Amino acid sequence: MTTLLSVDRVSKAFGGLQALDECSLSVEKGSITGLIGPNGSGKTTLFNVITGYEKPDSGSVSFEGAEITRAGPSKVFALGVGRTFQITRIFARLTVLENMLVATQRDEGWLRGLTRSKSSKSELVSAMEWLDFVGIGRLASQPAGSLSFGQRKLLELAYVLVADPDVILLDEPAGGVNLTLINEIADKIQSLNKSGKSFLIVEHNMEFVMNLCDRVTVMHQGTDLVSGTPSEIRNDPLVLDAYLGGGDVYETEESS
Amino acid sequence: MLKARNVWWILALVALVLFPLIETNPTYTTIGIFTLIFMGCATSWNMFSGYSGYINLGSAVSYGVGAYTMALLADHLHVPGNGDLFWLIPVGGLAAMIVAVPVGLVALRVRRHTFVVITIAIFFVFQLSAINFSFTGGTSGLQLPLIPWLETNYNKPFYYSALAITVFAALLSVAVRRSRFGLQLLAIRDDEDRAAGLGVKVFAVKLAGFTMSAFAVGMGGALYAVFLGQIYPQFVFDPIFDISIALMSIFGGLGTLTGPLLGALVLESTQQYLTIRFSNGSLYLIVFGALFLVIVLFMPQGIVVYLSDWRSRRAARRVEGARVVVGEAS
Repeated sequence: MTTLLSVDRVSKAFGGLQALDECSLSVEKGSITGLIGPNGSGKTTLFNVITGYEKPDSGSVSFEGAEITRAGPSKVFALGVGRTFQITRIFARLTVLENMLVATQRDEGWLRGLTRSKSSKSELVSAMEWLDFVGIGRLASQPAGSLSFGQRKLLELAYVLVADPDVILLDEPAGGVNLTLINEIADKIQSLNKSGKSFLIVEHNMEFVMNLCDRVTVMHQGTDLVSGTPSEIRNDPLVLDAYLGGGDVYETEESS
Repeated sequence: MLKARNVWWILALVALVLFPLIETNPTYTTIGIFTLIFMGCATSWNMFSGYSGYINLGSAVSYGVGAYTMALLADHLHVPGNGDLFWLIPVGGLAAMIVAVPVGLVALRVRRHTFVVITIAIFFVFQLSAINFSFTGGTSGLQLPLIPWLETNYNKPFYYSALAITVFAALLSVAVRRSRFGLQLLAIRDDEDRAAGLGVKVFAVKLAGFTMSAFAVGMGGALYAVFLGQIYPQFVFDPIFDISIALMSIFGGLGTLTGPLLGALVLESTQQYLTIRFSNGSLYLIVFGALFLVIVLFMPQGIVVYLSDWRSRRAARRVEGARVVVGEAS
């Protein structure tokens, strides 16, 4: 396996708060990598650094061997790194289909937008395909603001997918979503992974992470504490100490 | 459905074309000219500020630059006082676009309220410059070549030029709304950071929109200068202009096509009429104040959006009513 996305000793401070402290991470091509850690351990900040929303103080981020540390969000996306947000962000006053069309022009120059229509036929077809894939195709002409919370999550996933990125960063895809939908989202991720997409997933739902991921990285106080397969992570005393507060909460849950 | 809408547009256009042929009283055609200038400017302003949500309260910069370009060029090129002056109107628009680039480079770095404040600040820089530089004529402004046309037909060329600017601005606004570029502006309005994360080059898109919207506003200023034959810094770089343009669009419906046209048509003609009828230059402010209270309280999204919502609610009620009837029958 080759490394698709790698984060090398990245640090980022907000004033006196060291949000990231020499954090390293890698996502192998074709893998589903989990990123877990207690609240405030820097997971979302790491996502922001990778996707160009924040510039790190030191360290580097590279994608397919090329450095993207200083690239802005639109550039990073154009290269093939898509992401969703923890608090779902959609374009509320556009229709669901228009939301999809915003993302279809991944690496188009800005001047091109002036001379072309909103969508080509093939873009409309693929937008509808992805909407159907996540199961909200029938809502295509609705204003996105009228969608429920779960539907918004699905829309956000769909419009990241429509641009066909190589790696997708999901920030709490199962957060605040009911059990049926969680399983549905997990299924989608698995089938996308089979078709060659790589994932980096931040999630608090342990079952979700442990079942889905090939590898898991645990973050603690801005740095990567340990990386390994889900079973290695589960039994690592460092993780139990730092992440689960020294108890064996997860073990008990597992045995019950 | 779409056909019916087009018919309304054509009827409106025909009415606007016929107006100065039927109504020849210069008092009223003058109101028509000012109204059309504001309709064009508000539509063009809305094409950027309405779509992107970046409320620009410095649009008089474009207006004033257009007017001054017209006056200065007419002087330097020794354009005689006849129809030739009209060819300089698009040049005034281009000058406004050129000025909009550096203004946009500064102002578009910030968002929301900060953007609004910065545009106001930049506007005052321009107004003060026009008052204090010598090439702008200072407070006494600049004189344009006098056009020796007969009073009965004097207004017509101005009226149709203003109409042309308005039609141009409206067509451009439609074209932008239908383009990928327009979709990107709307995405920026809803969530700029998310748009950036989906590959939209937000800064370039904003700057392009900001610059494009300056064109018709600059032409409006240039036309105003020719029409009045004399410009003063406090009237072409006028803070009331900034606010009027924004309020007309908000009154009609921000981000819609019809909104700014309707808003400018109603507000500007009312203002001109009240000013003439009661020979009181500030009476309209009281009427407008009351009107805006009503709008903000009862239809905060503007008249156009309110009416279309009302229509779809009524349609929904009718469907519901039909269902009840069916229920009773069964």
